[in-house]
Amino acid sequence: MYDLEDLYQEIVMDHNRRPRNFGEIKNPTNSADGFNPLCGDQIKLQLHLKDGLVADVAFSGVGCAISKSSASMMTEELKGKTLDHVENLFGAFRKMITRKPGDSYDADLLGDLEILQGISRYPARIKCATLAWHTLHSAIHDENEVVSTK
Amino acid sequence: MFDVEKIRGDFPILSKKVYGNPLVYLDNAATSQKPRQVIDSLVDYYENYNANVHRGVHTLSMEATDRFEEAREKVARFINAESSDLVMWTRNASESLNLIAYSWGEDNVHEGDEILLTPMEHHSNLVPWQELARRKNAVIKFIPMLENGTLNMGEVDDLITERTVLVSAVHMSNALGTINPVRELGEKAHRQGAKILVDGAQSVPHMPTNVQELDCDFLVFSGHKMLGPTGIGALYVKQDILNTMEPFLTGGEMVLEVSYQEASWADLPMRFEAGTPNIADSIGLGSAVDYLNNLGMENVRKHEKDLISYALNRFQEAGLEGMDLFGPDDPEIRGGVFSFNTVDVHPHDMGTFLDRMGIAVRTGHHCAMPLIRSLGVAATVRASFYLYNTEREVDILVDGVTEALRYFRDGSE
Repeated sequence: MYDLEDLYQEIVMDHNRRPRNFGEIKNPTNSADGFNPLCGDQIKLQLHLKDGLVADVAFSGVGCAISKSSASMMTEELKGKTLDHVENLFGAFRKMITRKPGDSYDADLLGDLEILQGISRYPARIKCATLAWHTLHSAIHDENEVVSTK
Repeated sequence: MFDVEKIRGDFPILSKKVYGNPLVYLDNAATSQKPRQVIDSLVDYYENYNANVHRGVHTLSMEATDRFEEAREKVARFINAESSDLVMWTRNASESLNLIAYSWGEDNVHEGDEILLTPMEHHSNLVPWQELARRKNAVIKFIPMLENGTLNMGEVDDLITERTVLVSAVHMSNALGTINPVRELGEKAHRQGAKILVDGAQSVPHMPTNVQELDCDFLVFSGHKMLGPTGIGALYVKQDILNTMEPFLTGGEMVLEVSYQEASWADLPMRFEAGTPNIADSIGLGSAVDYLNNLGMENVRKHEKDLISYALNRFQEAGLEGMDLFGPDDPEIRGGVFSFNTVDVHPHDMGTFLDRMGIAVRTGHHCAMPLIRSLGVAATVRASFYLYNTEREVDILVDGVTEALRYFRDGSE
C-alpha cells in the first residue's frame, strides 16, 4: 500500500523471516566477519571450499530485512558453484545494485538475485544488500579482516 | 500564548509532502527545521549588508559588525552569560568541545589525571577526551547508568577524586532523552577542585538554560538544532578560566599586534575566533534566539514534556508486542526524545517504512555507539520532538509503527 513492494517483495520478506543456510557449518575452510557501522548490522560467513567449488556455506548474525534476505539468497546461489562463477556473480550483483537509472545489468547471470534490483533506488540501503557479498569476498580471499561497509 | 498551528505556519518546510503524505518531521535531535524569520535574516544579510566584520570603516562593514555582535549578545543573554565576551562562535558543539580539549586540556590535564564522563555521551563529548587522555596518559572514567537510563548519582562522590580535573556531561541525552542533574554534578566536581563542562547541544534548544544558575565552567551548543542555520555553534567559558586559555586557532582576526617574528592576542572573545567568522549564520542564530524568546523557553519545554508524556501513554495503550522503550519513564527528567526497538523489525526497515508514510525518524546508534551497545541492541529508532510537533503527529507515528509491525511480521497487505 505504500509502494514498498519494489524493496520488500514477498520473496525478500520470506527470506527475512526464514533465512536459508542460517547458522554454522561443521568444517569451514574459510570464514569472515562483516560489519555495517552505520546500522550495526553484523554477519558471520562460513564456507567450505573443495576442489575450487563452494561445497557448503552458512551465515549468522543480526541485520535488517534487506541484509538478511540478501545474505540468505546469496548462500542459496553459491552452493556447488566454482569460485570463478562466484566472482562473476559478485561483480554482476554489485553492478546491478549500484547502477544508475537506465543502466543495464546481467539478468541472465544473476538469476533469482535479480529480485533485489529495486534496491538501487534506495541509496541508503545499498550497503545492507552488499554486506554479505563483501564478506564473502573477504572469506574467499582470506583477508582475515573484519569487512566494514563504510 | 503557545499556538502550535500558528508556529507551524512559520516553517515553510512543514507544508512539504513526502510520498504524497504530509511531512511528519520527528528527527529534531539531529537537526531542527528553520522558521521563515531565520531564513529571511540570512537573505537580508546577503542582500543588504554583506561585508566583512571588525575591520572596515565603510558603512556596510560597520552594519555587519553591529549585527554580528548583536547576535552574540542575544546568544549570551539566552544562556544568561555574565558577559557576551564569554561567548565564542564556533562551527558547532563538536568544534567547541575540541577547542576546550586543546586550549584548556593541553595545559590542565596531566599524566594520571582523571576525566569523568557519563555513559550516554555523544561521540563529540567522548572522542576528544579519549584523544586528550591518550596524549597525556590521563584516565577516563564513567558514571554508571541505572536500568531506567539515568545516572547512578550515588556513585559520583566516590568517582570524583583529587585526581579528577574535569567532569563533562551531556545535559540532555540525544539517544535516550534523559535530563542529567548537571548542576549537582558541578557541585560535586567543584568540591574536589574539578571543572564541570555541560554539553548543551540537546538542552539549550529545548529548555531554559542559565549558566550562572548551573554554575558550569564550560557550556557548548550548536545553532542548527535550535532553529538556526548549520555551521554555527557557540562556546561559553567562565571568565577566570577563559583568561588562562591559549588560543585554539591562530591567524587573522584573533591578533592585536603582529611582527615578522611574533604576535600578541586580541581581547576576548575574538582571541578564539581566527579568520573571517561565519557572519551570516551567526546573525541567523541570533534571529533563531529571538524566535525562541518570543515563544518562551519555559513554554517550549512544557510543550515537549506534554508530547513525550502523550507518546509514552499512546504507545503503552497500543500495547505493541515486542517493543522495547529506552529512557526514563518520568517526563520531568526527560526531553522530547522517544527511542525504541522492536523485536521483529530492524530499525533500518522501520525507518524506511515510516519514511514512506512521510514520517522522518532517525535509525541507528545516534552517534552514541557505546551507549546503544550497552542497551543490548545494535540500533534503535528515535523520534525526537520540537516546538512545532503535535499530538496528531504522535498518533501518526503510533499508526505507522503498528502498521510496520504488521507488515514485517505477517507479510504485505
